[in-house]
Amino acid sequence: MLLMIKYALLSATVLMLVALGGCYSEHSGVINLALEGIMVIGGLMGIMMLNLLPADTSAGMKVFLSIVVAAASGILYSALLAFSAINLKADQTIGGTALNLLSTAIAMVVVKRYNGTQSSKMSYDNSAFLFKIGGLTINVFLIIGIVLLIAAYVVLYKTRFGLRLQACGEHPQAADSVGINVYKMRWSGVLISGFLAGIGGFAYIVPAVQTWNFEVGVAGMGFLALAVMIFGQWKPGKIALAAIFFAIFKSLANIYDSIDWLNALHLTKEMYNMMPFVASMIVLAFTSKQSKAPKAEGIPYDKGQR
Amino acid sequence: MNKKKFTVSPGFISLLSSLICIVIGMAVGFLVLLLLGGSKAYTDGFRQILLGGFYMMPSGIGKEIVTAGPLIMCGLSVAFAFKTGLFNIGAAGQYTLGAFGGLAFAILLNAPWWLCLLIATAAGAIWGAIPGIFKAYLNVNEVITSIMFNWIGLYGCNTIMYGRGTGAMYNAKQSKTFSVTGGSLIPSKIFGWDMSATFGYKSCTVAIFLAIIIAVILYIVLNKTTFGYELKACGSNKNAARYAGINEKKNIILSMLIAGALAGFGAGLYYLSGAAQWSPGDSTSLPATGFDGISVALLASSNPIGAIFSALFISHITTGGGFMNASYFPPEIANIISGIIIYLCAFSLLFRSRITKLLTGKRRPEPEVKPEPSKQAAADPAGKERE
Repeated sequence: MLLMIKYALLSATVLMLVALGGCYSEHSGVINLALEGIMVIGGLMGIMMLNLLPADTSAGMKVFLSIVVAAASGILYSALLAFSAINLKADQTIGGTALNLLSTAIAMVVVKRYNGTQSSKMSYDNSAFLFKIGGLTINVFLIIGIVLLIAAYVVLYKTRFGLRLQACGEHPQAADSVGINVYKMRWSGVLISGFLAGIGGFAYIVPAVQTWNFEVGVAGMGFLALAVMIFGQWKPGKIALAAIFFAIFKSLANIYDSIDWLNALHLTKEMYNMMPFVASMIVLAFTSKQSKAPKAEGIPYDKGQR
Repeated sequence: MNKKKFTVSPGFISLLSSLICIVIGMAVGFLVLLLLGGSKAYTDGFRQILLGGFYMMPSGIGKEIVTAGPLIMCGLSVAFAFKTGLFNIGAAGQYTLGAFGGLAFAILLNAPWWLCLLIATAAGAIWGAIPGIFKAYLNVNEVITSIMFNWIGLYGCNTIMYGRGTGAMYNAKQSKTFSVTGGSLIPSKIFGWDMSATFGYKSCTVAIFLAIIIAVILYIVLNKTTFGYELKACGSNKNAARYAGINEKKNIILSMLIAGALAGFGAGLYYLSGAAQWSPGDSTSLPATGFDGISVALLASSNPIGAIFSALFISHITTGGGFMNASYFPPEIANIISGIIIYLCAFSLLFRSRITKLLTGKRRPEPEVKPEPSKQAAADPAGKERE
């Protein structure tokens, strides 16, 4: 049971962080399909930083610096999406897809070059990120996640910035008419999502294992986070609950062989891997009729078109 | 006068903007090579990408042709969906299902190649239709559904093929599926010309011609038939199409089904040519061909005939990427180039209106230069709201 909680918390943190990122971006009016790619870049850069730091760096410094690098690279990478989607009024779905494909290619090139071989695997030491409470291993990202969740709630609902951000996703023309700079708001929305997805990608890769094969990117986690966001109705609180729901499905793949009654079902690992995706489809089928999506999401804002 | 008309025709402008995307993409690729290899960037890297299959005559050309066939099909799959206002990002999953269906009939039943190809097509079609049904009846965006079903399809097919290491199609010695043999292989002889012998590449078959034939058929269907017109009408304006009495729900499902069938056919072409064996162990990565189909479709501005050429181009640079000196340049640099090309294609509309402006003086962009249909569909709710 403890093992299950451990893995569920692990994925729940990641899904929540990334889904919150998607939430900021979509509330500002930009569909961020590139979450998956931003996660890959964030994870890649964070691990590079972790490996490049001198060995005698203190644990706290290691954690801090590598997370900062992961977040910063996420922001930088998401700027590519913001530039194409906001300034150039490009198709957001295609732009996001391009960034997803690009991210895996970049990761492979960087890792292979770093290794100097044809291996796309990278090893690292993750002990600095983990600590124990009782029998349960917890990673620092859980704390970061909770802080950022509360921050998201406060920012989106209690600050002038958050309410303006949401206005830009609902009716950018109206927002513009009262003097809100829609372009600026959308840029901040996308960059915040890059920040969160960058950390999320790092949080997915680092605490769980000591070696990561970048060939698989982040194996669809970014897209699951999108489903979490939709299931969470674009609201931070509900997103956290949705993330836990999906994380339980996700954790089954890690623990099924150590739980007797699951083992007795004789399902393969692939089928457990499949489960969160099946669950998300079922959930989406039932919830999307009363979707609370920001109304203007996906539509480039054109000042001249009022 | 006539010449001037040609230079401002939408087709010419799309071609020009695609060429710009390619040039910028290649330039960025070259920069990456410079960054990684310095002075070796041209001799050990960029030259190979430029030459593609011609770097290693003739087997390189054979390889390029073999890769191009499925790429054309995946490109057509995405392009067809674009034309009908849908974004089929699920080509990778449909491709997986196609490979599974084709291989199952070829390995287990040793069925004739055309039957295997049909099964591959049908399997892809079913996987394509599912996002269509979700979209038409449950209002779930086809992009999300396709992505989810990519993974479901991948894990599902792998678990069946692997079967805990004892699957009927799984060759534990090679940790891959058994190879396709005999009558299940697509013939490599056409009118007495043995393609695999000419190119010295065993899996070079008539597959490429089948893909080209399908592209031509698709062009005719889209542009010369009522059926194609109805599908395109749904793509450019859903409400107008419904008003004109077109069954829009049926058309959404039908176009996703056809898009899936095209991708499944492409997988059949590849695996029934014996170009590769499926390795169910690598169950965590989706086939890249499905995603490259997006670049193919965008570069071709969703034109089926254009897809043939853009698939040849993508196949050219990926084949060339494999010939680079791997100790300096990982072959994925070719993927970086194609990723950048998609990124640029996303705002090719901007290029197009700039080019139109340049070519015609100060005139506004031609009305025929349509935006990507998917964008128009997305812009729909806003249009309704403003009225």
